[in-house]
Amino acid sequence: MSHPLSDDELKAVETLLGRAPNDLERALFSAMWSEHCSYKSAKAFLRRLPTEGASVVQGPGENAGAVDIGGGWVAVFKIESHNHPSYIAPYQGAATGVGGILRDIFTMGARPVALLNSLRFGPLSSPKNRYLFEQVVSGIAGYGNCIGVPTVGGEIYFNESYTHNPLVNVFCLGIAKRSEIARAAACGVGNPVIYVGSETGRDGIHGATMASAALGQAEEKRHTVQVGDPFCGKRLLEACLEALETGQIVGLQDMGAAGLISASSEMAHRGKVGIEIDVARVPRREAGMAPEEVFLSESQERMLLVARTGGEADIQAVFKKWGLACVVIGRVTDTGALTILEGNQTVASVPVSALTSDAPVYERPAAPPRYHDLIQSLSLDTIPPPKSYSDTLRTLLASPNLSSRAWVYRQYDHMVGTNTVLGPGAGAAVIRIKETGRYLAMTVDGNSVYCLLNPYYGGAIAVAEAARNLISVGARPIALSDGLNFGNPERPEVIWQFGLCLEGMGEACRKLEVPIVSGNVSFYNETREMGIYPTPIVAMVGLVDEGGAPIAPGFKSAGERVVLVGQTLEELGGSEYLKVIHAQERGFPPILHFEKEATVQAAVLSAARAGWLTCIQDCAEGGLAVALAECAIHAPFSIGARLHVDPGNVRLDAYLFGESQSRFVVTVPLEHEAALAAHLRAAGVPYTLLGETGGDALSITLGDGACLDLSLDEMRRAHAHGPLLPHGLLLPT
Amino acid sequence: MRFGIVVFPGSNCDRDCHDVTTRLLGQPTTLIWHRETALPGVDAVILPGGFSYGDYLRAGAIARFSPVMKAVAGFAERGGLVIGICNGFQILVEAGLLPGAFRRNRGLTFICAPTSVRVENSDTPFTACYAVGQVLSLPIAHAEGNYYVDEVDLVQLRAQRQILFRYCDASGALDVAANPNGAVDHIAGICNVTRNVLGIMPHPERASDPLLGGIDGIPLFQSLIGNGSSLCLIP
Repeated sequence: MSHPLSDDELKAVETLLGRAPNDLERALFSAMWSEHCSYKSAKAFLRRLPTEGASVVQGPGENAGAVDIGGGWVAVFKIESHNHPSYIAPYQGAATGVGGILRDIFTMGARPVALLNSLRFGPLSSPKNRYLFEQVVSGIAGYGNCIGVPTVGGEIYFNESYTHNPLVNVFCLGIAKRSEIARAAACGVGNPVIYVGSETGRDGIHGATMASAALGQAEEKRHTVQVGDPFCGKRLLEACLEALETGQIVGLQDMGAAGLISASSEMAHRGKVGIEIDVARVPRREAGMAPEEVFLSESQERMLLVARTGGEADIQAVFKKWGLACVVIGRVTDTGALTILEGNQTVASVPVSALTSDAPVYERPAAPPRYHDLIQSLSLDTIPPPKSYSDTLRTLLASPNLSSRAWVYRQYDHMVGTNTVLGPGAGAAVIRIKETGRYLAMTVDGNSVYCLLNPYYGGAIAVAEAARNLISVGARPIALSDGLNFGNPERPEVIWQFGLCLEGMGEACRKLEVPIVSGNVSFYNETREMGIYPTPIVAMVGLVDEGGAPIAPGFKSAGERVVLVGQTLEELGGSEYLKVIHAQERGFPPILHFEKEATVQAAVLSAARAGWLTCIQDCAEGGLAVALAECAIHAPFSIGARLHVDPGNVRLDAYLFGESQSRFVVTVPLEHEAALAAHLRAAGVPYTLLGETGGDALSITLGDGACLDLSLDEMRRAHAHGPLLPHGLLLPT
Repeated sequence: MRFGIVVFPGSNCDRDCHDVTTRLLGQPTTLIWHRETALPGVDAVILPGGFSYGDYLRAGAIARFSPVMKAVAGFAERGGLVIGICNGFQILVEAGLLPGAFRRNRGLTFICAPTSVRVENSDTPFTACYAVGQVLSLPIAHAEGNYYVDEVDLVQLRAQRQILFRYCDASGALDVAANPNGAVDHIAGICNVTRNVLGIMPHPERASDPLLGGIDGIPLFQSLIGNGSSLCLIP
């Protein structure tokens, strides 16, 4: 087996131990010091992110973050990647990605109530990419549907850089009573350490180290991918929540990356104790497994508990009821060491701190890529204006990144739990919390083209855009979880991108007052020397204010005013329009003015709270025209609009399809028009009256006498029959 | 009316059904673990949706061996009211309490979407609060909802008016395109000959809370509570 500790790292291990590690110990260090477990290249940057705020109950450091949502309840949430496994074995990779993040949530004592996912693939014109796409969707459905947690939203983007590096990031949110959050710390010397769940097999051995290296031949690594069993996951979920109610559990931790070694050393580390485990007692699926295999296995649906002495029987009764293994495999010690026994023989013993807090931290060299100036340059003179604005909009609506995702989300049970107020297809998903009567909104977002062209603004826009998604359903952003997907951190340009992305994100978080409470870093998204575009994903959670109701997407009735809030600049860099229509991925992405963004968001949210707005749509990919089209064709309403656009001194295509930030399209009934106008003026927010809702087409007269005119049917057809639909399959209309 | 909701280890709509019978309809409700062997004091039993045993084999094929199923069969035989929703319907078929079998959906994928369903017979304890021909919007969420019976059984189902719900388009017309999973004769729900056991693939419990966009499922529960009488609180 390979042990990818560098020579320097091996020397550091010898110094920490005062001796050479034996083979098993070396394997422990190799896993725990992997990028995946130690965050050694990312730590220095992550420390600079804002993680505190009034509603934060648990910031980074536990299995997931937690924020107060009122009424004595907290929302517990996190996003996590499962990228490498999803390339190697897409169905199981994606399925176990769902299983893994679910365990992170119920480990905290929270009942998972919503899943979202953020997916990236290469273009679907390639059969391999289509295979990956369909299998990943199927794997997510297979796990989430069975375990009965609704997949309420998500996003999918396609780009060549993901051809050999698909990204699968899964977000889960659970709720718990604030007073009953469970911790993942071991404490109480002498307390029993209990193994629960599925038996340990040989699947997933070295998963963490696999995920910490660039991929070569994917097929050779298939054995490193775990196999998911959602039925077992469901029983483990129910059993853990039920066992927590016995009051006999001191701490619990799921066995994810690096399995038993990671779970035991992290629990010991958090509790500042030692743990002693007899590997011979670990339940197994097959005979003849070496201690190293047992400790590094990433078999799914397993947890480690520390119980109160004497509480074993109560806990065992619960797991027996659910048909799961529950075996005392060790105890908490005061040695500060992770000690592994095989029967009565010690086979490894290392200080817990050496595995965890003493892991190396790297300040890797950073430098902009050579191509950076080239891709940022864009002369608009070389971009001819469209011959037909209607055709351009139709083409955009049918393009891979903007077309309907219905074929995908029809495969996800997004209704189980009977809390889904706004499901997939809305700007953000909204669930009702039965326990408090409040509404929680959540969204995932990230634009990697922006991040490639300018990592700082790309990172900042990911945060701002996620916040706008929440505001578009009438929710106030409260906190976020970040999924940071990047290439090989040993390349200076990747660290440069990473550092700037995080700086931009951190600044946006501070200005918009949305702290980061959990997250995940995935490096080495690189295959055959080709790395991905920098892809930070922001998963943001918001709360509808007490007494308020969420606002559904789409125009609601005819005869309402359509207003563009915010200012449109001549910005086409990095836009979908430039990519789809002019086959160029370049230019400077739209600028984000932090103060302006905060002002616009606050103004729109307060107008929504005042009850003036009937529809709120943020302008994102595809710009104003696509935002308007989405409002028009959003089922079940389907109402057109008659509008006029005067672009002033901005190019007409930039006005319609450019992606200037800090903008929303809103509708307002006539009786509230004056109040809204006065409110926006007082806030110093520019706005433009575009026209009125009504009719069965989107008709826009344009400044130069041209017009854009597409019927609702034409737009719906273009949008619904985009490339996501498998060939030969038609959606029922 | 006291409801009993059976909980198999992989049930996942048990809590949703419980929410409808208790919070929305104010009826006493007991959750019954699948290892139980009796159904004391229960007036109607719900087998909820989910993946009772993971359903890696045929859906419901293992659940029918759960101890509670003997009690459910006895309860049904004595005329007790039994509803199987989605996976519950699959289990009732596997247990032989309803005829037929389920195949993978025509499109071979899981489908979660609203469907239009037509009420075919209001002369049962499950449909008394509906009108014949009424078109309901009820969501489905399944991968194996493609109901099958052979010709002989289908003739019987029709003759005995056991087909209670059929997939249709928004206007109530039976149409291949409006049949989401390929079910024989557009069947979405049937009852047994004695009309005390119902199997329905769409989820009435997901169309019960006005907050979630529709309440077409509520009259099904109300039909039961009134036991065929005219207690119809919500039209």
